[in-house]
Amino acid sequence: MKTWAAHLAVLALLLAAGFLLSPYHMTNLARILVLATFAMGYNLAFGYTGLLSLGHALFFAAGMYAAGLPIWHAGLAALPALGLGLAGGAFAALAVGVLALRTAGVSFMIVTLMFAQAGYLTLLYFNATTGGDEGFALPATGRRLFGADLSTDVPRFLAAWAIFAVTFLATLALVRSRFGRVMVALRENEDRARMLGINPFTTKLGVLTLSGAASGLAGAAYAILFGYAGASFATIQYSILPMLYVLLGGAGTVAGPLLGAILMFMLIEAATEVTSAWMFLVGAALVILVLFAPKGILGALRTRLRGLP
Amino acid sequence: MAFGPFLLLALMEGLVTAAVLALAASGLALVFGVMRVVNVAHGEFFMLGAVIAWFVASLIPGPAWMAFAAALVVAPLAVAALAALADALVLKRLNYDPEATIVATIGLLYMLQQAALTVYGPDARPVAAPFDLRLQLPWFGYSGYKLFVIAAAAVVLAGIWALMTHTRAGLVMRATQVDRDVARAFGIDVDRVYMGTFALGAGLAALAGVLIVPITQAHYLMGGDPLLLSFIVVIIGGLGSLRGTLVAALVIGLSDGVISMFFSPTLAKILATLLVALVLVFRPQGLFGTRT
Amino acid sequence: MTSLLMPTRRALLMGAGAGLLATALPAVVGAQAAPIKIGFQLHRTGIGASYGRWYERTAQAALKLINDGGGIAGRPVEILFEDDATDPKRGAEVVDKLTQSDGCDLVMGTLFSHVVMGSAPRAGELKVPYLVCSEGYHVASGALNRWTLQPGITDVRAQISTMAPWVSANLGKKVTMVFPDYAFGHDHRDFFTKAMAEQGGEVIAQIAIPPTETSFTRYFPQIPAETEVLYHVMVGPAVLTFVKELGEFYGTGAKPALFGFVDSLEAVDTATSGLEFLEGSHFWEAHPRVKPADAGEHEAAYRAAVGVDDMGASVSDPADISTYSHMFSTWETLYFIKQAMEAAGYTGPADRQKLVEAMEAITDLPYGLERPQGAKLFNGKTHQVFGAQYISKVEAGKLVKVHSTTIDEGLYPDAVDYTAMSF
Repeated sequence: MKTWAAHLAVLALLLAAGFLLSPYHMTNLARILVLATFAMGYNLAFGYTGLLSLGHALFFAAGMYAAGLPIWHAGLAALPALGLGLAGGAFAALAVGVLALRTAGVSFMIVTLMFAQAGYLTLLYFNATTGGDEGFALPATGRRLFGADLSTDVPRFLAAWAIFAVTFLATLALVRSRFGRVMVALRENEDRARMLGINPFTTKLGVLTLSGAASGLAGAAYAILFGYAGASFATIQYSILPMLYVLLGGAGTVAGPLLGAILMFMLIEAATEVTSAWMFLVGAALVILVLFAPKGILGALRTRLRGLP
Repeated sequence: MAFGPFLLLALMEGLVTAAVLALAASGLALVFGVMRVVNVAHGEFFMLGAVIAWFVASLIPGPAWMAFAAALVVAPLAVAALAALADALVLKRLNYDPEATIVATIGLLYMLQQAALTVYGPDARPVAAPFDLRLQLPWFGYSGYKLFVIAAAAVVLAGIWALMTHTRAGLVMRATQVDRDVARAFGIDVDRVYMGTFALGAGLAALAGVLIVPITQAHYLMGGDPLLLSFIVVIIGGLGSLRGTLVAALVIGLSDGVISMFFSPTLAKILATLLVALVLVFRPQGLFGTRT
Repeated sequence: MTSLLMPTRRALLMGAGAGLLATALPAVVGAQAAPIKIGFQLHRTGIGASYGRWYERTAQAALKLINDGGGIAGRPVEILFEDDATDPKRGAEVVDKLTQSDGCDLVMGTLFSHVVMGSAPRAGELKVPYLVCSEGYHVASGALNRWTLQPGITDVRAQISTMAPWVSANLGKKVTMVFPDYAFGHDHRDFFTKAMAEQGGEVIAQIAIPPTETSFTRYFPQIPAETEVLYHVMVGPAVLTFVKELGEFYGTGAKPALFGFVDSLEAVDTATSGLEFLEGSHFWEAHPRVKPADAGEHEAAYRAAVGVDDMGASVSDPADISTYSHMFSTWETLYFIKQAMEAAGYTGPADRQKLVEAMEAITDLPYGLERPQGAKLFNGKTHQVFGAQYISKVEAGKLVKVHSTTIDEGLYPDAVDYTAMSF
């Protein structure tokens, strides 16, 4: 009960923060919340189940294009497009998982990386349909949800917050369920889990599909809320980002991805204010952070505070 | 172009790609094999090698081969020293924790890229090959230096093989690779082995950068692709197997070359990528790895 | 790493301008006149960094001249440079930051077309004028919005269309195209193929190279033997490899005539060893890098202000080659802003809509120091400017101008009327 209250408090705090901040930071917070949703999806696979993927950009992009292309070409509305995005991410993850989960560890990392690379090149190859690297701006008709215009500050923030909140609570429910304990058991010791009658392959496939669904939802939301879809979102960079958020915030914690996404945004924002050589500062900050909190911020806290899910 | 010469060219290009892959991957094979950490900054060591080669070439007057020879010595040493420093200051303190190492080396990647951009600049700059030789075949011309890169890759791989199998350092590294706790129990200074391996791996990446830069250019973002390709080669080959690294480089290089004969370039890239991924799907331990 | 901790985001080149202003125009402005703030979306890192560096230098030079001449409507001007990492997602964030956090009056300067595409929707939402220096066909195609304009550089469709008549008349009718497999390359593919067909020529092969590629030789056998003209346009760090490998491939044997877009060689010295085989080949240039004998009267002043010598290299380092065929666009865009702001009686962000309308009303842009590349025609409906183009031949390792097109040759029917769209 205390855990639920704490997480609901986080959501309330985020909602309040959105309205207390300037319009500039309200939109930034919307961006952070969508990326944190992506990272929460990544965290299910990596943080809880130990699946080190470098292919999540594919799932994010699958959601982005499953939502964006019908909006662009066929004038689909935002709500069904979000659903398509979620389904697109889940399906991409399922398809990749069926093949890639035959491997484990670093081989899994490389196989997912290569599938994602093939996906990126496919977007370029079918540029007549996808818009290729240049991408496309989403028409206004596909950016309305329940009568609200998602290209304006408040509805956009509320939509981002709602998508984040649903994923956040669903993640919490999932990891506290029996299935969640199975996931962690697989991460900690696959052989023992197998002896307990758990089928590692189907469990991992289920987790990866859920992870892909959250990533796809985030990809669709990013396109619809910010009005642009492009192949750069399918590059390796967008597989590394959620991993970085998760590791910074704390792998295997519900709030870790959010914390990592906020931290990374603030780092870049602060570094670009100080110097044009901002990447050096961001890099140095990452090194220092990891020296002080090798298990992420929440990982470091958890060793002191028990009971953080 | 007729099929025969086309195939010949595709095979030559495939061999060069294989040599480039093998060179870029050799250092990573060591680091990844012995230490089992994912060094995201490995490609940046490759980039630094190429960039240092450019600086050396612009500082040393005289024939191109002199500057090239100097770069072959200077770049690996400088980069190895930098890597040793990174190991001592960061990785060792993280106790080579796999996840923390990923974050730390992403940080290192940012720092090295920015340093290269600030000091060296954003332009792609050519570095002259040590010799200027062009082969004119009846159907097409070919760079003599590219053939030299194939030979250089063979020499470097043979060198690593000799080091690992015929020296005490190699023995110590292999022992640490198998089990670091046991190695420690036998009185091996594991920290020193790790630092040495990390430095050697970085030095090899820089060496690869120097050897390859005459057929590409030095550019501050050039580390990205070799990093990904190196990981692919090392894993497909089978962790810890030098022979596997070589065979994987050949498989990937040649299939890339031959597939590009039959399809438009982007489609060929997609098919080659999927094909190589499927190798791993159906042989998860890699070509020469042992199933754990 | 000396400049590592030097703040360079803000270019406060207004001291001299403000000083001059106070003496020259005391009646027009008081000392309290707030500066006009122009946000500059800069490719400082990422693959566009070579261009970004010269865009910054050229914009700084124009800024200094404008401020020395009394600023805009008597107000001093300030440019805030913000790095977009040549990334569309960051691009949108930068438009946001420059507009909302820094309070810029408008945003300008983007080159890479995916960054334009990613940023323009945000500019439209914020209702802030967004003036790109990209040469992409995205603006005139109608893909963007009322707030996005390209007043400083001719778009790639017009550039390409003007090349086809000359290529078919002078180099050959059967063309093979090699281009990067992304939007910039696709514009070349589509519009050159069409323009060539109109000239009675034919594009017999199109070879699209994936942008992840770093080696090209394996694709050269796909160039048909009957090719008379090889049309090449590559961008990014691998361009030099491409040109060198092409030279190795053809060597001393028979080769088609080469026609390239200078994008393949921006920031690259044409006299670099390995590029000898380009001797005698032709390049499109928007603005001849090597000062032509018949250059306009303002050419020297422009080069001096930016710090570029007659060879198109930095005056402080002859090995530092500029991106000469693109960077003038930032200069001309700044003067376009000045002209429009003064015409609109612009006083602040509340007048942004009036400013865009004033921009749309502009048509003739005569040659002058404001437009060193040449006279231009602005189409307010398509938000796109049109200027003359040039063809240069490589002679003794130098680009020598051999042909100029007229503005009219590049005009094509409007694909959009932005003025009919709402703000």
